Amino acid sequence: YGLMLLFAWLSPSQALYFHIGETEKKCFIEEIPDETMVIGTYKTQLWDKQTGSFLPSTPGLGMHVEIKDPDAKVIILSRQYGSDGRFTFTSHTPGEHQICLHSNSTKMALFAGGKLRVHLDIQVGEHTNNYPEIAAKDKLTELQLRVRQLLDQVEQIQKEQNYQRYREERFRMTSESTNQRVLWWSIAQTFILIITGIWQMRHLKSFFEAKKLV
Amino acid sequence: VSLSPQLCALMFSWIRASELTFELPDNAKQCFYEDIIIGTKCTLEFQVVTGGHYDVDCRLEDPDGTVLYKEMKKQYDSFTFTASRNGTFKFCFSNEFSTFTHKTVYFDFQVGDDPPLFPNENRVTALTQMESACVSIHEALKSVIDYQTHFRLREAQGRSRAEDLNTRVAFWSIGEAFILLVVSISQVLLLRSFFSDKKTTTTRVGS
Repeated sequence: YGLMLLFAWLSPSQALYFHIGETEKKCFIEEIPDETMVIGTYKTQLWDKQTGSFLPSTPGLGMHVEIKDPDAKVIILSRQYGSDGRFTFTSHTPGEHQICLHSNSTKMALFAGGKLRVHLDIQVGEHTNNYPEIAAKDKLTELQLRVRQLLDQVEQIQKEQNYQRYREERFRMTSESTNQRVLWWSIAQTFILIITGIWQMRHLKSFFEAKKLV
Repeated sequence: VSLSPQLCALMFSWIRASELTFELPDNAKQCFYEDIIIGTKCTLEFQVVTGGHYDVDCRLEDPDGTVLYKEMKKQYDSFTFTASRNGTFKFCFSNEFSTFTHKTVYFDFQVGDDPPLFPNENRVTALTQMESACVSIHEALKSVIDYQTHFRLREAQGRSRAEDLNTRVAFWSIGEAFILLVVSISQVLLLRSFFSDKKTTTTRVGS
């Protein structure tokens, strides 16, 4: 069982990966309701020109993780992590949160190959729950654990529905504002047009009268 | 308890679901890689959330470089495949056809099935009725969450269009009012300049 637990622990680091350049900043967007937990795990590997492959791990290589809330002003998290890291945050306002990663290239020489492989895994909401751990902690039977999982899922659905209502309200306000603006602009434009027409005619008439042409 | 090698392999296969939303700048291509074990059923779903005509090129290749899926300018698609061999599968999203619009792309890459709730338990006994009811509710809720996600993305798309429209209407109103005033004043000034202080050119008025 020890070996299995070891593999269970290792698996988060063998997730989806992509390549990132030296000064490149990669951002991911998570649109989430409020009070939702987000856990991100990443692992970086550096390209080794000698062996022609990626090194399993490189100490001294770090990633700077920056998380912004929907207002794009408040930075929830802005920290440096090592080459393997795990970051967590809970949203307080619903909306688009931005998670940005870039490497802290203090060791420029290491980037001679130019490629850095980043494994990234971001889990949101009920996916953050570790059910075997919960079962062990609360001593739940399998049925109780399954029901707990269903409860968590339903809670996530409810939160998303609430968020959906909030978003729909914003959408409706935007549409109504556009409607109002188009209405007022049409009236204003007609008004301006008539006024400038009248002004033009009167001005030219008085001008021609002064020039004794009319 | 002795575990058969196949069961071990099944448990060690990378059972994952990765969903990410990222921004794809114009003329850019973004690739993602995943190591998959032979025989795993995988699903790739993507949707363009904002940007331009809401389309992106997508390409999925197996470790040999054989193209399993290739579509140009797609707004949304879902592709299921079974890994025919071990290795690194690669999928890329390209916005190279676009000159100035950057796109936000959402994708969901599911590898294998969900991990079981009790990973260290042998599935020797069949599920009780309650347990299988729970499993079907779980599956149904998963599809509800999936639909919610897609709905949210479409709503985000609609909302970003509406907000764009709103700002465009505001700027256009101000711009047009300004242009109107400038044109009418300059018309008058131009006309006045035709008649100003050139008494010898009174014949010009007639022609």
